Amino acid sequence: MSDGNTTRRGVLRGALAGSAALAAGRAAAESDPLITELQDWTSFGGDPITARPYGLPIRFEADVIRRNVPWLTADPVSSINFTPIHALEGTITPQGCAFERHHSGAIELAKENYRLMINGLVDQPLVFSYADLERFPRENHVYFCECAANTGMEWAGAQLNGAQFTHGMLHNMEYTGIPMRTLLQEAGLGAAGDLADKWIYVEGADASSNGRSIPMEKALDDVLVAFKANGEALRKEHGYPVRLVVPGWEGNMWVKWLRRIEVTDGPVESREETSKYTDVLEDGTARKWTWVMDAKSVITSPSPQQPITHGHGPVVITGLAWSGHGKITRVDVSKDGGMTWETARLDRGSDPKALARFYLDTEWNGEPWLLQSRAMDETGYVQPTKAALREVRGENSVYHNNCIQTWAIAADGSAENVELS
Amino acid sequence: MSNCPDILRAALLGTALTTLALPAVAEPLGLGRAATPEEIAAWDVNVMPDGTGLPPGEGDVWTGDEVFAEYCASCHGDFAEGRDAWPKLAGGFGSLDKVDPVKTVGSFWPYVSTVWDYVNRSMPFGGAGNLTPDEVYAITAYILYSNDLVDEDFVLSPETWDQVEMPNVDGFIIDDRAEAEYAVWRAEPCMTDCRDAPATINRRASDVGVTPADDGTMVESPMEALLAKYGGTEWGAERVSGSVYMDGRPDEMAAMPEAAETEAVQEANAEPTAPAAAEPEPEAETGPDPVVVAAGEKVFKRCSACHAVGDGARNKSGPQLNGIIGRPVAALEDFRYSKVFTTLGEEGQVWDMDSLTEFLANPRAWAKGTKMSFAGLKSEYDIHAVIVYLEAASD
Repeated sequence: MSDGNTTRRGVLRGALAGSAALAAGRAAAESDPLITELQDWTSFGGDPITARPYGLPIRFEADVIRRNVPWLTADPVSSINFTPIHALEGTITPQGCAFERHHSGAIELAKENYRLMINGLVDQPLVFSYADLERFPRENHVYFCECAANTGMEWAGAQLNGAQFTHGMLHNMEYTGIPMRTLLQEAGLGAAGDLADKWIYVEGADASSNGRSIPMEKALDDVLVAFKANGEALRKEHGYPVRLVVPGWEGNMWVKWLRRIEVTDGPVESREETSKYTDVLEDGTARKWTWVMDAKSVITSPSPQQPITHGHGPVVITGLAWSGHGKITRVDVSKDGGMTWETARLDRGSDPKALARFYLDTEWNGEPWLLQSRAMDETGYVQPTKAALREVRGENSVYHNNCIQTWAIAADGSAENVELS
Repeated sequence: MSNCPDILRAALLGTALTTLALPAVAEPLGLGRAATPEEIAAWDVNVMPDGTGLPPGEGDVWTGDEVFAEYCASCHGDFAEGRDAWPKLAGGFGSLDKVDPVKTVGSFWPYVSTVWDYVNRSMPFGGAGNLTPDEVYAITAYILYSNDLVDEDFVLSPETWDQVEMPNVDGFIIDDRAEAEYAVWRAEPCMTDCRDAPATINRRASDVGVTPADDGTMVESPMEALLAKYGGTEWGAERVSGSVYMDGRPDEMAAMPEAAETEAVQEANAEPTAPAAAEPEPEAETGPDPVVVAAGEKVFKRCSACHAVGDGARNKSGPQLNGIIGRPVAALEDFRYSKVFTTLGEEGQVWDMDSLTEFLANPRAWAKGTKMSFAGLKSEYDIHAVIVYLEAASD
């Protein structure tokens, strides 16, 4: 058996060699020894069921991993890595390759050492153990989580060559958790008086503690205190055993290792909501409280890390779209840098504030493409161009860059991150 | 607590909360237990902009200078000017409307409370939560002084809190995207003839070449181009080091030999028995094994943010490491060591194979109180290789 020919890359190489024939129609083929000859895997037994109590992806998929950009940050303990969105399909992100952002590293906090405090303007300050949380009524919801800095390196120009790097501060999971309002009601909100101008302040148990202020309206709406993702416990790097889920809002607010919820009469104005995660405009003033992640999309294939390798003819253009305002209603795709658009097929509809998968099943015959996607959400919002964003915000915002992305597809099928006139 | 639903309903009437569905369970379940005053005091330490939540205490600028040098300067610089890619805390005035604004405490942060709160809860990096209130007051006073916001005789305390004026306190507006953006961008999109002229490519990612290569090699890019692109931003690039797999490869995959496609792991597999021999100087006679040295060089990329070794190596936020094997601990006169190292040095401790091996496996356990923010190397082979590399690179 030959490993070289059974890797995905090997198969692609083989297919590429025959692409000229394919372009002219279905090729006549010589008999394939993979079919005509008995293969080891067809003859011998495979691994026993005891081999893998918890399985990892097969070794041929070893390139589908989180990657980081070392120069982005001073220290990998306070840094970020990126989801390999170019290599994933569907909408659910496996936890094992879902991006990580830590401000003081991924800590190890056992369930038996976990405590959650609710205090501040509540009738009875409370402490919950992990076991207590499992006794509250719980719900399941699918939500995307996007770092406010996703695509932030692209403000000044086309920089990083891959959807993983430009758009991979993004994941989408099914969370199991308790609505925040249930926990707040358990502590009692009578002491808070009029709730309209009240806030909650949430913080984590790690060394950064990453505190954020959230208006009560959002807290009572759809915020979840989550302890499972995609059916299993949260991973250590995603806040095991308990994290906050703040649907549609920037990832920094999704506090991991959640240890305290305080009802307050105003925002704390913590470091993460003043000096960071605010958007500096061209005149030097900065927007704050820019929590909602606006509608955005990106083509994941073809893309720089996922070039067209199969030659001319049928090709599937696919990508992801999401909006912090609700459901994605439509995605358009352009092959000519935005001159003309065609509407893509939204697969399986879209959950509110969750990733949607789109497809454009089309044909490519070696012509250069300037591929773009443009998302619309249920509020009628249309994903803007980078030029439109710059016109309003300038180039210094860092965060909340939801611009239309362009991949240039060359005659050889390779793809590059480019910025257009 | 049974009146909660009424309170909620009252709040709902006059506000945007009208669409909120009340939970089915109106009555509390009686889960959890009462938090004690001591527990609340231990965790509820955040400070509001008006100073609410501040503990008693005080700190002056000159004390702050000393405390800052001890805990903060290794990353933020002696004058809060920032080192390497660590945040600058001072300066940047007048830069907010320029290309790459420098957002420091003085030029950008709107409230003193944010500084106090963050230093108190989250600093120093790698040893958070250990500062006394007086030290936090002093550090905050020193940072304010470094930004020319207070005089050198200033003492920060709850009583003097209101005397500090932050220059950018009015520099923030509340999210106005609804008016500035949504009003325009919620419109039927164009489908044909949407541009004045056919699109042309203005810039390419390959022009800057800052994307990590997929084979685990280093980013190769002119430093000047990087500085021009990213210098001074919070996602700044003031240094290029490390490799994709060194930092990003999941541990469990690195441990799977069949998953190994990176050179580093292949090299490790090529010399699986080398690290097991914990002899003091296994390469003394024949010279170091080039395979081990190469593996160690790769491991060292994880150290190179803070440490340099080889020709012309200078101190960074960590000491330069030339001749570290056999060098007494805390031997460099021009480097400001953590207290624990100074003490070890005075006690006669020397860096040798054994001490380095123990230290690198768990730095904070071996040198309790070290400012080095590195968790340690898990693999014995990595430890062995990096020590061999340090010795080879020092020659």
